[in-house]
Amino acid sequence: MPIQVLMPALSPTMTEGTLAKWRKSEGERIKVGDVIAEVETDKATMEIESIDDGVLGQILVPAGTEKIAVNTPIAVILGDGEKAGDARPTSNGAVKAQPPITKPAFAPARQPATGAARVQTVREALRDVMAEEMRRDPSVFLMGEEVGQYQGAYKVSQGLLEEFGPKRVIDTPITEHGFAGLGVGAAFAGLKPIVEFMTFNFAMQAIDHIINSAAKTLYMSGGQMPVPIVFRGPNGAAARVGAQHSQCFASWYAHCPGLKVIAPYTAADAKGLLRAAIRDHNPVVFLENEILYGMSFPVPDDPEHIVPIGHAKIVRAGQHVTIAAFSLMVHKALAAAEVLAKEGIEAEVIDLRTLRPLDTETLVASVKKTNHLVTCEEGWPFAGIGSEIAALMMEQAFDWLDAPMARVAGADVPMPYAANLEKLAVPQPEHIIAAAKSVLNRR
Amino acid sequence: MAASSARKPHADKSGGSKPGHAPADELIRLYRMMLLIRRFEEKAGQLYGMGRIGGFCHLYIGQEAVVVGVQAALTPKDSVITAYRDHGHMLACGMEPKGVMAELTGRSGGYSRGKGGSMHMFSREKNFYGGHGIVGASVPLGTGLAFAHQYRGDGGLCAAYMGDGAANQGQVYESFNMASLWKLPVLYVIENNRYGMGTSIERASARTDFAGRGHSFGIPGEAVDGMDLLAVRTATLSAVAAIRAGQGPRILEMMTYRYRGHSMSDPAKYRSKEEVDKVRGERDPIEGLKHRLVEQGTSDEARIKDLDGEVRALVNAAAEFAQASPEPDPAELATDILVAA
Repeated sequence: MPIQVLMPALSPTMTEGTLAKWRKSEGERIKVGDVIAEVETDKATMEIESIDDGVLGQILVPAGTEKIAVNTPIAVILGDGEKAGDARPTSNGAVKAQPPITKPAFAPARQPATGAARVQTVREALRDVMAEEMRRDPSVFLMGEEVGQYQGAYKVSQGLLEEFGPKRVIDTPITEHGFAGLGVGAAFAGLKPIVEFMTFNFAMQAIDHIINSAAKTLYMSGGQMPVPIVFRGPNGAAARVGAQHSQCFASWYAHCPGLKVIAPYTAADAKGLLRAAIRDHNPVVFLENEILYGMSFPVPDDPEHIVPIGHAKIVRAGQHVTIAAFSLMVHKALAAAEVLAKEGIEAEVIDLRTLRPLDTETLVASVKKTNHLVTCEEGWPFAGIGSEIAALMMEQAFDWLDAPMARVAGADVPMPYAANLEKLAVPQPEHIIAAAKSVLNRR
Repeated sequence: MAASSARKPHADKSGGSKPGHAPADELIRLYRMMLLIRRFEEKAGQLYGMGRIGGFCHLYIGQEAVVVGVQAALTPKDSVITAYRDHGHMLACGMEPKGVMAELTGRSGGYSRGKGGSMHMFSREKNFYGGHGIVGASVPLGTGLAFAHQYRGDGGLCAAYMGDGAANQGQVYESFNMASLWKLPVLYVIENNRYGMGTSIERASARTDFAGRGHSFGIPGEAVDGMDLLAVRTATLSAVAAIRAGQGPRILEMMTYRYRGHSMSDPAKYRSKEEVDKVRGERDPIEGLKHRLVEQGTSDEARIKDLDGEVRALVNAAAEFAQASPEPDPAELATDILVAA
């Protein structure tokens, strides 16, 4: 019976991809294991292998087609004597990873500041700003797992090895404790390392050096020894990777004096804040988000575009309730605000952007206007960012609150794997909508 | 490649290095430095007993030949990092006894203005990068300092000191791997004083030949009589020459001994008085060099006595300064947390 080849999911967060190239033509004989096509996602290029012997009967999706949803039929494989048209769906083709196609050529952003903007993904914005800062300052270098030849586990460092060479784009062994400590030592000596963690989950092995060696040394040295280092990488819930690979560490790091902690949402902020982080003389923890990497936003062309650390941004004005969020939760807060608006509730959405130092002033000013507050984070509720904001509002805006504030947070459980349970564990726009209505006493 | 196999742990002469020749004035200088560390630590012990020094205070008494011998083979552009038994390292790097002692007493005249304490002092000027209280942490940090030397191509190296206890830490091996992989200019000095706090090396380590710990990474190591200043200096000169020639990291295991407890609050019940007395009586590094100086006619008893007087005066002045220096201003509580933009 003819077999349909379906668009495969190539990563936990992939929902669609591009069919880059057909490696076999219609009518060609194929065997199990033959590469029949190349599929590109924003993270990697992968080969699709045939899982059956037969003839490539029909190509359903031409090469170059973008945004093909996972599980869309892309081809039909025919057995002996079969014809296209009798196809039944089957499982997706077997997928074999190959090194991503290296495309070192990305336009150096050297245009003069014109106020113009272009649309970029968060991933591209992060890469561009690292490249710009490395061109500007020879003491800046990038180290981490798969940042060089592999072009970044999440493709964030694409092209950097080609431009800057292995001296400044350094592939490390899988030893977070060791290479984080090594980075801090290099920063003691006055270099400006960018240490990439493949995800912040793995930074728990390195947290001794982040806190004890990086955050405390300026103080312990009586001001003699600044530690100019950036620790960056994806943080927070990914998708379907289980408890050890899916966690928000914002409140862990935000707890510690001596660190600055940043968690941007838009590509423009990712770019402007990472530039500020690299130029800062202090250790900075820069929390990115895997799901945001592929989202596009307008980014100023200004090669000196910089966003000062420590300033929140009102991303949607409103008078009824303040919703404070950071990173991917801003996206969900904005979605919630759209729904609330249809019911006559105008939410003011604040993108915190920096968690330490927290922009309490902007929060207090908004609460004075709306008199209601909801906080959103992916992390656990106990001793979370929302808890800290609750305490701050108690101290600084108590008289302005018309109702107790509400915290929307991840469920107080290790992240489950099952799709339905995971959805229950991660805050969704519905939770934010319900919390906003609850503090407004609306049903 | 590997550590010397026919080694007698803590014998009078272990390892393959022969004492090298040093000019007479340098020998006198090194003797004086060992003496300074000894007297400084004795004074720190007294001040601790008087309640003038708080918290933890880890004395270096007995181990003086290690840091003085190693530093004698380095140049001012080299960087140095160690753990928490660090007063001797600071003095050997040329830091002022006054500033170190005033940090021990938690005063504003201390190297960290009273905010670091015994385990946390730094001197950018002397390329001394601490003073780290977490066992093992000095090793990746020191490897990073070496990375910076290589990155800049400045010809310097990093001497990263650790104890025998730290030598069992995972991060040490992560560092060995990267240092050897990238041929970093780093000298790992394992100060084997035979006890990680109160646990003897035999009770903590599956194998106690620490010089061989780099074997899996292709890092050559050598066991050295750490009670013999000249042996330490000679072994270090040869390791440093290899490192500067671009051959990557080297390990030197210094077979040494501490006379005092792990810290001032350690009564050291885990070893006998006889054991301590035997080392002190037979292998003391300061007495050993003194005999050699007198025997060789480099110095005489009178000159030695003068040196002792000079050093005592220096230490007494440091102790006075450390007690007279004011405590940090209360406003210092919240300074130096972040560098202002």
